[in-house]
Amino acid sequence: MIIYFKNALTRKNLMALTGLFLSFFLIIHLLGNLQLLLPEEQAQLQYNAYSHFLSGNIVIKLVSYVLYACILLHTLDAIYLGIKSKRANGQKLSRDRRSRASSWQSRNMMFLGIIIFLFLVIHFKDFWYQYKFGNVPFDENGNKDLYTLVVNAFDNIWYILLYSISFIALGFHLIHGVASAHRSLGLYHPFYARLVKIFGYFFSIAITLGYLIIPIIIYIKH
Amino acid sequence: MKIYLKIWRQKDNLSKGSFKDYTVEDVNKDMSFLEMLDTLNLKLVKQGERPVEFDHDCREGICGQCGVMINGIAHGPLKNTTTCQLHMRSFKDGDTIYVEPFKAEAFPIVRDLKVDRSSLDRIITSGGFVSVDTGQAPEANSIPITYEEAEAAFDAAACIGCGACVASCKNSSAALFTGAKITHLELLPQGQKETHKRVAEMVEQMEKEGFGHCSNTEACQVECPENISVLNIARMNFEYNKSKLLVKK
Repeated sequence: MIIYFKNALTRKNLMALTGLFLSFFLIIHLLGNLQLLLPEEQAQLQYNAYSHFLSGNIVIKLVSYVLYACILLHTLDAIYLGIKSKRANGQKLSRDRRSRASSWQSRNMMFLGIIIFLFLVIHFKDFWYQYKFGNVPFDENGNKDLYTLVVNAFDNIWYILLYSISFIALGFHLIHGVASAHRSLGLYHPFYARLVKIFGYFFSIAITLGYLIIPIIIYIKH
Repeated sequence: MKIYLKIWRQKDNLSKGSFKDYTVEDVNKDMSFLEMLDTLNLKLVKQGERPVEFDHDCREGICGQCGVMINGIAHGPLKNTTTCQLHMRSFKDGDTIYVEPFKAEAFPIVRDLKVDRSSLDRIITSGGFVSVDTGQAPEANSIPITYEEAEAAFDAAACIGCGACVASCKNSSAALFTGAKITHLELLPQGQKETHKRVAEMVEQMEKEGFGHCSNTEACQVECPENISVLNIARMNFEYNKSKLLVKK
C-alpha cells in the first residue's frame, strides 16, 4: 500500500490530474476576467456583480476548495518528485550536455512552477485576501468594488512587468504540462498523443496572451 | 588524428573518481570509439599502467553492453547510436573528449567507465517473461497474429537494455526501458494473459531499484540506440492504471 503512494507513476497521475484541473480553471478564470475589458462604466458594475455572485455561491465555494487543494497537492507532489529525482541521479556528471535532447521547458518545470507559485502568493495577497478580509469600498449597486482595486493595482508598470513574466512562465509550463499530463495518465495512441501536443501549444499561447492583454490594456487605458 | 582524452578513473564504487588526461596519437578516423580506447589501453599496458576498464561485447550495436557518456551525452554525439558504432570521423583532429561512466544511483560504478546495470535485469526477472513451458519450438502458425502486431511488438522488443535512457534522463528514470519491455509482451498473444501482474510487479521493482520518475522530456528516445518510442512509457502508465483501478483482484 505504502509503495503505491510512494510510486512515481501514481504521483505522476496525481500531478497530471491536479494540473489538468488547474488548466481548466485557467479558462474559466480568464473568461471571467475578460469582463474587465468592457467599457469602464459597464465593466465596473458587471465585474463586481460577477465577483459577488461567485463569492456567495455554495457550489463555487466547494469548487474553490478543490482548487486550493489542487494547487497544494501539485506543489507538494513536485517537491516530493524533485527530491526523488535528486536521489535517483546520485553522483553528478562532470560534463553534462544531456540537455541537447529535450526542450528547455520540459527540463525546467520546477523553475517555472516556482515563478508561478510566487506569483500566486502575490496574486492571492493583493486580490483574494483584500476581497475577503480587507476594507474594500462598495460600488453603487452595493457590491464590493473589486474592479477599482484591480484597475488601481494595474496602474504600476512594475506590477505589469511582474504579471507579464509570470504569464510567460505559465505559458511555457503549460506547453510541456498539458501534453505531459495526458501521457502520464496513459495516452499512448500516436495520433491522439500528437493531437494533444498540438492542442497544448495553442492552449498555452491562447491562455498566455489572454491573461497578458488584460493588465496591459488596462494600463494603457488609464 | 590526435585526440586528447579526459577519462573518468575510479578504482571502485567506494573510492572517489576523477578525470585523468591522456593523449592518443595516430588515431584512424575509421576506428570505432572503442577501438580508439583499445589503442589507448595497449599503450597503457605497455607502460605498465592499469588499462581503462569499459564494457563492450558484440561491437555491432546490438548487444547493449557498451555505453559511456561522451562529452556529456550517452553514447556520444550521434543520435540513436551505440558507443561501438560511433566512429572517430565524428570528431576532429585535436579534439578534447570527455569520457565518463553512465551516472545514476541505480547504476553503481564498478570501475572506471564500467557500471553495474543489473538493476535492469532485476526489473526483467520481476515480470518480463511469459510463464509457459517452452519445450520444443512450436508450429509457427499455431498462434495467429497480424503482421502489424508482430512489427509493433518487435519495435518495442528492439530495446537492447544498454541503459542510455537512464543516463540521458534528468531524473534517471528507467521508464523507457520498463515501458518497452511491458509493451513488447502486452502486444503478443502469449504475453497478454499476465499483463496486469507483470506491469504491477515490474513497476514496483523499478521503484525499489531507486530509479527516478518520468517527466516526459523525451530525451531518452533521442539517445536510445534503437529509437524506442516514448509512447511505450504512456502505454506502461495506461496498463498500470488499468491494473490498479479496473482489474478485480
